[in-house]
Amino acid sequence: MIYLDNSATTKPLPEVMDSFVKVSKEYFGNPSSLHGIGGQAEKLLSQARSQVTQLLSVKQKEIYFTSGGTEGNNLAIKGIAFAYKDRGKHLITTTIEHASVRESFKQLESMGFEVTEIPVDSNGRVHVVDIEKAIRPDTILVSVMHVNNEVGTIQPIDEIGQLLKKYPKVLFHVDHVQGIGKVPLDLNESHVDLCTISAHKFHGLKGNGLLFVRDGVMIHPLFTGGSQEGKVRSGTENVAGVVCMSKALRLILDKLQTELEQLRKVSNELRKGLEKIDGIVINTPEKFAAPHILNFSVPHVKSEVFVHALEEKDIFVSTTSACSSKQKTISNTLVAMGIPEERAGSAIRVSLSYYNTLDEVKKVLSAVEQTVEGLRKVMK
Amino acid sequence: MNYDRILIRYGELSTKGRNRSQFIQKLANSIRRALHDFPNVAIKGTRDRTYILLNGEDGHLIVERLKSVFGIQSFSPVIKSGKELDEMKDAVLQLFRKVYKDGNTFKITTKRADKMYPMDTNELNHAFGAHVLQNVANLKVNVKNPDINLQIEIRKEASYISCETIYGAGGLPAGSSGKAMLMLSGGIDSPVAGFLSMRRGLELEGVHFFSPPFTSERSKQKVLDLSEKLANMNGHFQLHIVPFTEIQQLIQKQVPENYTMTTTRRLMLRITDAIREKQDALAIVTGESLGQVASQTLESMYAINEVTNTPILRPLIAMDKTDIVDIAKEIDTYEISNRPYEDCCTIFVPASPKTKPKREKVTRYESFVDFEPYIQEAVDHIESILIRPQTVKEDLFNELF
Repeated sequence: MIYLDNSATTKPLPEVMDSFVKVSKEYFGNPSSLHGIGGQAEKLLSQARSQVTQLLSVKQKEIYFTSGGTEGNNLAIKGIAFAYKDRGKHLITTTIEHASVRESFKQLESMGFEVTEIPVDSNGRVHVVDIEKAIRPDTILVSVMHVNNEVGTIQPIDEIGQLLKKYPKVLFHVDHVQGIGKVPLDLNESHVDLCTISAHKFHGLKGNGLLFVRDGVMIHPLFTGGSQEGKVRSGTENVAGVVCMSKALRLILDKLQTELEQLRKVSNELRKGLEKIDGIVINTPEKFAAPHILNFSVPHVKSEVFVHALEEKDIFVSTTSACSSKQKTISNTLVAMGIPEERAGSAIRVSLSYYNTLDEVKKVLSAVEQTVEGLRKVMK
Repeated sequence: MNYDRILIRYGELSTKGRNRSQFIQKLANSIRRALHDFPNVAIKGTRDRTYILLNGEDGHLIVERLKSVFGIQSFSPVIKSGKELDEMKDAVLQLFRKVYKDGNTFKITTKRADKMYPMDTNELNHAFGAHVLQNVANLKVNVKNPDINLQIEIRKEASYISCETIYGAGGLPAGSSGKAMLMLSGGIDSPVAGFLSMRRGLELEGVHFFSPPFTSERSKQKVLDLSEKLANMNGHFQLHIVPFTEIQQLIQKQVPENYTMTTTRRLMLRITDAIREKQDALAIVTGESLGQVASQTLESMYAINEVTNTPILRPLIAMDKTDIVDIAKEIDTYEISNRPYEDCCTIFVPASPKTKPKREKVTRYESFVDFEPYIQEAVDHIESILIRPQTVKEDLFNELF
């Protein structure tokens, strides 16, 4: 089995699972309970929080544990919109965001907010000048993803952060779900005010994530109840998951330090190989691309057909983002990049982890070549 | 562009006459302790300044750590550059861009310690100023009151460029004023009193009264967590946990209800004083603030203080609660103190404690029991824990993370 759908989700690491089992079994208490069992759970939670804050170079009170990327993005965007609506009702985002960002903005639009969507160039990248042009006196938020989930383009987060330094009333949210552990981002240097991270994208477990909210930034809660997480996110904390996330985060940032070159090598090999195969067009730009996502099209072959054909050879890839692939819509990002509908409809996303090897790339390339050949005979 | 060294300025240290070298030594020790997990840094203490050579370590993290080291008035991250004019110009501009915000004004201050350098100070000022002005649009010079003061120092071996002055925690280096005991209840005030006295160079050990099952493990944990915060400032923190249940029960039995609080405080003070003697300390620090609660009225202090003539330092005596809370938030103890667990001070509070207790009365009530053996018993059964700063903590949960 060769698993190449790591942007959809990753396989949890065994040592992460071990922590989950141990915490769930032995430290199952509710951190809010008064007795010792609750106390231990609370201790685990606070140790996880302090590990995460150290890894991200932020403060303890700037981390809110969530259920994952979708919640983080919803909380960041709506939480800011509701908290700062008296200052202004204009919001800025891009045309290539993840559904959880896009739909949050759509919902806000129906509630009387105004949203400007910044288009991208043929590389799938926004331009800082376009963002600056869109800023108005009543703008309260700019939300831009770091690494696009469908084609892997890296957005100019640092430049946008430097720009927004000049607009202290405009907050900056970054959806870092695809970037974490693969493309470095310094939240302080880049003046990021809010940042979403999800655990299952870096070998943690599903149902866990975190939202960074810079000290001093107000956020309106979406969940109310028992006042957990500084009243921003009520609900009994998922202690075992949070512990696993802090462990997985430590391990992935370690990999980023030591094995990024290896990942690049694997990814380059894959790209070079695919470029050579007749009948394949690469959609991921050469410049500004993350080292783990590669998107290509096999014109005239529907994405879905190709995915299933590769699956027969025990290779697992994806059509576009997992969240939209079941809805049979074509990739938003590819359309925004100006790629014709026909080519976008035959797009395939390969997404790597640090655990994929050069040997696997070889097997994948030969399987892809065979599949393209076989399918094109049929489709013609 | 990465910083290469950090220059540290002293505050009151410079007035310390013949003790100065000791103070500088203590400061170097505190800095070393605060930066113990950056093995490559080197610390050079001189009479007027201390330098930290980063040797490739992360300057940002170090700057954050230094902000809380006592005895530092201010400090500036510095970049080392070659002495070629173009190289220096580039470095100056890069650094400037990093701190520049629209509308800022600036000036250039060049110091030429290397008198052999071919250009003089004025020529250098002009060269750097012109370079920055040419490259940053709409920039204005203001030599009187600039937002950014770019300082370039040209020395024999290299040139050093800086532009930020970051304020330090002030005060005196840790441990330079001797040792005292801090009475630590778990409330908001005592950690703040601890912080303020540590900043004045006191080395502190904590005393906490623990009355299980009336107070829970969690209230003890709260005190341990507060102690960890103090350990972060101090380098380490010794906490003495006094078993207090028996004495508290005895007080309830022996003393009329409205005087129990006064007697409790007197006994706590006697026990603390006994520990102080054992630990060779010279004073007791408390978080009392005049009139805040019944035990902190002048009459109460007069009645309680009778049991010892050891100096009792009350750094918060004249402070308002709101100011104390502000400091507690700043030193990150407020959230911990606010956890809602009963402690030894709140558990047996009578419905209406005497706000104006009389010395004669309290001594008379206490005269029917000999508390001395109980005090001895408590002191003998103290649990002493050495608490390390967060950064070096070993934890039983570590394998989970």
